[in-house]
Amino acid sequence: MKRTIITVVGKDTVGIIAKVCTYLAENGINILDISQTIVQGYFNMMMIVDTMGMNKPFGDMADEMTSLGEEIGVVIKCQKEEIFDKMHRI
Amino acid sequence: MINLYEVAETNKMITKENLDVRTITLGVSLLDCIDSDLGKLKDKIYTKIFQSAKDLVKTGEDISREFGIPIVNKRISVTPMALIGSSACKSEEDFVVLAQTLDQVAKDVGVNFIGGYSALVCKGMTLAEERLLRSIPQALAHTERVCSSVNLGSTKTGINMDAVKLMGEMIKATAEATKDYDSLGCAKLVVFCNAPDDNPFMAGAFHGVTEADRIINVGVSGPGVVKTALEKVRGENFEVLCETIKKTAFKVTRVGQLVAQEASARLKVPFGIVDLSLAPTPAVGDSVADILCEMGLEYAGAPGTTAALALLNDQVKKGGVMASSYVGGLSGAFIPVSEDQGMIHAVQAGALTLEKLEAMTCVCSVGLDMIAIPGDTGAAAISGIIADEMAIGMVNQKTTAVRIIPVCGKGVGETVEFGGLLGYAPIMSVNRFSCDKFINRGGRIPAPIHSFKN
Repeated sequence: MKRTIITVVGKDTVGIIAKVCTYLAENGINILDISQTIVQGYFNMMMIVDTMGMNKPFGDMADEMTSLGEEIGVVIKCQKEEIFDKMHRI
Repeated sequence: MINLYEVAETNKMITKENLDVRTITLGVSLLDCIDSDLGKLKDKIYTKIFQSAKDLVKTGEDISREFGIPIVNKRISVTPMALIGSSACKSEEDFVVLAQTLDQVAKDVGVNFIGGYSALVCKGMTLAEERLLRSIPQALAHTERVCSSVNLGSTKTGINMDAVKLMGEMIKATAEATKDYDSLGCAKLVVFCNAPDDNPFMAGAFHGVTEADRIINVGVSGPGVVKTALEKVRGENFEVLCETIKKTAFKVTRVGQLVAQEASARLKVPFGIVDLSLAPTPAVGDSVADILCEMGLEYAGAPGTTAALALLNDQVKKGGVMASSYVGGLSGAFIPVSEDQGMIHAVQAGALTLEKLEAMTCVCSVGLDMIAIPGDTGAAAISGIIADEMAIGMVNQKTTAVRIIPVCGKGVGETVEFGGLLGYAPIMSVNRFSCDKFINRGGRIPAPIHSFKN
């Protein structure tokens, strides 16, 4: 399993999760966990996904997700889980 | 499993508080390139560095993209060139040719600086080392990305005062040789006492002869992260203050450790060290001086500054040391003037003087860094400033350094602009009394009594 954290932050609108999930499904990325809140009208989501079965290089996926975010009007970041693990776990 | 709060905290550090990995520096040994023929030596140096570093920039960019952490600089350090060129270089001009070779290969592999135009002369100078020292002004004037450093003293050997005198003259000459660019050459030239072999930061990076053939060293940064963490503990006592810095430094360093290990694995080069540093940039919110202010000082330089910096430096090391398997380099808080918005403000407000900076260097990671002084400052005065700083390093068994810029044609009250990460600096006044007779004595200062530990 290769875990990646996807964060989506921006103004709430219809279909954010749908569009992100569609992209993930099309690219063979499995969703392990989703947590999501709305704070003062701002959409805040964190997904933990498994990129083991992904059909393209990580960098391409990250760039495409960034572009998708721009289309929807939110900021999408894809980061390998290790950076958070290293920082917050001994 | 990682939660939303932790992810948000990390990403806030990156996007709002300027957390970054300041540099991945690839150290390359050039000992196997040594040749008595200058042409062959040049070719061997170019080939070895190019082959070693051709994937460095791309690997850094890949890691940056995958983990979402900016890696600001990708750099190279090489074996001190005075050793490499000792057989081939018959003149100062020959050494300049080697500097140009380094510059070319740095451009071709896409790194912004290459360090190691260096000599280690802490006890004495060979003829080749003296030639290299004398070639520095022209080498820095004729190259763009080459950085030069000279080790002038150590706790074990004492201080080579002949070399201190010579370097005062060479700093003046470098300023003159690059006067069309506000004496920018001096920003790429640093003199050390107790120079470390594994420093990833410029201008002082070189690949020591104690090192492996190739090595990856990483320098982290994050003054903004520490500053923000301290905002939450305003008015609390020193125990709380210290714990907060320590925990923050741990988190920052862990990112450096991750990047170092990834870079090492991908480039198939052994991991050397993480430099536990707080390295400021001229960007707002990326300042070490602002941390000192957050601790309770009106400006950096106010009474209490040395204590505050000592505390900061120590806690950064204590927090960082457990976060990394190997630490080294300069490790600690840097206090450059031109590269730190808070320091610049402190100088402009009249709160921070050269003498206070000298006191601060007793407890910070390095020394007098990126300080602009009047262009008419004499070579002997510069040597005197260097000698003072070397003495602090020698006696306190720590690394100290001087990177000082006598800006041609400018005086106190004026400002010099270096651009980019080097920032801008108000020109600071230098004590006007003479030390000529002291500097002109020649010879060397013996090692201090506490260096004899055998």
